[in-house]
Amino acid sequence: MDQIKLSAHSLNLYFGQKQILKNINIDFPKNQVTSLIGPSGCGKSTLLRCFNRMHDLSSDAKIEGSIKLDDLDIYDKKNSVTEIRKRIGMVFQKPNPLPKSIYENMSYALNIHQFPKNEIQKLIESALKESYLWEEVKDELKKPAVKLSGGQQQRLCIARTTVLRPEVILMDEPCSALDPISTRKIEELIVSLKKDYTIVIVTHNMQQAQRISDKVAFMYLGELVEFGNCQDVFQNPQNELTKNYVGGHFG
Amino acid sequence: MDVKKRETTDWLLKQLFKAIGLITIVLLGGIFMMLIYNSIAFFAKVNPVDFFTGYQWDPGSVDGNYSILPLLASTGLVAAGSMLIAVPLGIFTAAFLSEFAPGKLQAVLKPVIEMLAAIPSVAIGFLGIVLVGPGIAKLFGIQNGLNALNGSVLLAVMALPTIITISEDAINAVPKTYREASLALGADKWATLFQVTLPAALPGLIAAVMLGLGRALGETMTVLMATGNASAMPGGFLDSIRTITATIAIEMGEVPYQTTHYFALFAIAAVLFLITLAINFLGEYFANSLRKFQA
Amino acid sequence: MKKRLSRFLNWTILLGCTILVCLFLGIILFDIFSKGMSSLSWGFISQPPTKGMTHGGILPAITGTLWLTLITTLFAVPFGIACAIYLNEYARPSVLTSMIRASIRNLAGIPSIIYGLFGLALFVQALHLGTSVLSAGLTLGLLSLPYIITTTEEALKRIPDSMREATLALGATQFETIKDVVLPKALPGILTGVILTLSRAAGETAPILFTGVAFYINGSTTSVNQEFMALPYHLYMLSTQHQSIEQVRPLAYGTAVVLILLVFVLNIIAFYIRFKQRTQQ
Repeated sequence: MDQIKLSAHSLNLYFGQKQILKNINIDFPKNQVTSLIGPSGCGKSTLLRCFNRMHDLSSDAKIEGSIKLDDLDIYDKKNSVTEIRKRIGMVFQKPNPLPKSIYENMSYALNIHQFPKNEIQKLIESALKESYLWEEVKDELKKPAVKLSGGQQQRLCIARTTVLRPEVILMDEPCSALDPISTRKIEELIVSLKKDYTIVIVTHNMQQAQRISDKVAFMYLGELVEFGNCQDVFQNPQNELTKNYVGGHFG
Repeated sequence: MDVKKRETTDWLLKQLFKAIGLITIVLLGGIFMMLIYNSIAFFAKVNPVDFFTGYQWDPGSVDGNYSILPLLASTGLVAAGSMLIAVPLGIFTAAFLSEFAPGKLQAVLKPVIEMLAAIPSVAIGFLGIVLVGPGIAKLFGIQNGLNALNGSVLLAVMALPTIITISEDAINAVPKTYREASLALGADKWATLFQVTLPAALPGLIAAVMLGLGRALGETMTVLMATGNASAMPGGFLDSIRTITATIAIEMGEVPYQTTHYFALFAIAAVLFLITLAINFLGEYFANSLRKFQA
Repeated sequence: MKKRLSRFLNWTILLGCTILVCLFLGIILFDIFSKGMSSLSWGFISQPPTKGMTHGGILPAITGTLWLTLITTLFAVPFGIACAIYLNEYARPSVLTSMIRASIRNLAGIPSIIYGLFGLALFVQALHLGTSVLSAGLTLGLLSLPYIITTTEEALKRIPDSMREATLALGATQFETIKDVVLPKALPGILTGVILTLSRAAGETAPILFTGVAFYINGSTTSVNQEFMALPYHLYMLSTQHQSIEQVRPLAYGTAVVLILLVFVLNIIAFYIRFKQRTQQ
């Protein structure tokens, strides 16, 4: 049996009167890559953003049910949202480097979380190496991050997240704005990261989901329709909707 | 841990920012209360009926005549005159800018309008004295060019940037499909402009006029310098006039604290305040109805 | 044929209106600069007025306006930016929020002379600050507040949410996000708004009439409790209140030139910042 790292229980989410997520129950196993797939508007990105409380900022979002990181209820008012986001990192659809230098992008989170000064340099170097970016940028760490290519920016955003040594990394269609070569690099990176992190990734790309995932969750109209091992979901889907979707009949 | 400290700082600053945001309500309320409080003190001494019906503003006289009517008439006359000039000019310029001017010309015209908006009112008033006033005197063969017409021309110049900018936004906000539909039906550019685009933009154009009017009614220095400051009931555009704003500006510096005259100036300010408030609300109402119509 | 004529007429009317508007600016600038440049000299801007203000320069009016603008800035800029941050970053749609927004819009529409009355009642009388550059500066600060709030909020709105999410997702608090990402990124836009507002405030006369401006002071303003001279008021005074108006007309023109130059320089700085920011993006 897999060890469960992150889980949602009876999760409902409303934007105003409209219910976006309907009674979601899902367990994400530790050190595996789980893909959330489904047609656009099915709520997969909305679900992903529940896991690090990104909906806190939208005034009309209402959440019921619970989400647990190990045994910690992340929506419990006692728990600090900044602590939770330190433990559950996120990478976004479009690369969003801070308007600062490459080095400052990496050191920003370390500084606000008050990591010891003498460790920062080392942590940054190893995180950049982990993202295969070190060789490309080691001589120009002072360069503004926005000067990097799109793929490099996205790898920087991943490195910026991993430098904090989070436990879970959420990725919201991280390759959708990138060219095929950069996409390949990021996919390799994701697979190599799973030995240290639990990864949840939203993707609309079936091939990508097959290439990188251990588990796959198919969502439709705010509901979790099917969840299982990657191979099972793609080769032998149980639900008619899943069959049609992975077979490319809609979406 | 330090997380606690960081999150407390965040919360404290949020409360601070909120408190500062509340200052705007307090400020508006404070201005309103100040005007009302002093107006009540005034109406305790002077009958409101006399204030709104008399024909004379002459606080210096023995029995003290405090009628707002000549001042209100002056204010209305000079502002109405300025709108007669500025509204067609402003809307046509906005139409030209948004529908016909090529990009390069726009790049030149926009800064011109912003520069016009930037000229201090006192400089415009100065030109009223040295240039426009004498010009009007010559044109109409009268002794003194410092009159309502002079003020109207100058206020029109000052209201123009506001009217042009907001009208242009309103015209640009008309969905492109409206224009395309009209053009597709065979109407030419002009028919489209006058029969489709401008009517569709009407709420926004009215909002623009309202804001321009608010500016003209509230302007002090220009009318103070250029309209002759005669507090009698005006008979026409060639008469010297004295607006509410100019009256406050002239007399407030000289009245003793908390006399009837002092309170009277707050009372006329309260009337002006309510008028501009009403005009702003109207303007906002029309601006909102434009937004609704787009959605 | 008739159609072509009317089209020609329409075109002429619209173009004519536009040209007329440009002409207004042209006439204003031409008249003031052609007659005022001859009064400009180093002495004019570096000396105080002499001989009952019929000779000499306008130095105290320049320094007075600088003092005034400085106090306005110190007061209105932090408060205005803080309020804009609250509205754009923290506030949720609520009755309170819409009340704040309605107040701001109405404050922007209040005639400046009424701010003068309020400044007189609040700062000069109630708070016993007297007629001083401090009272006048604070009054102008109140007048500027709604403009600074509005322009700052517009600048903040232009920062995409993805920027905020970047640091929030790293565990930064909202304030850290504002301080480290939002404000630095919005700075050029905020600066443009602030400078344009200040250029407007520097040219205002009505709000300072009863709060501290003086016909003439001996020497220059050296403390915030003193009365002061200001360029726009000096121009008003020279053109309407002086006992020998015709004699001081060149001085009035010279003052107008300095005032307009000051305002235009501020505007050009603001345009430059805005232009640079646009070309960078």
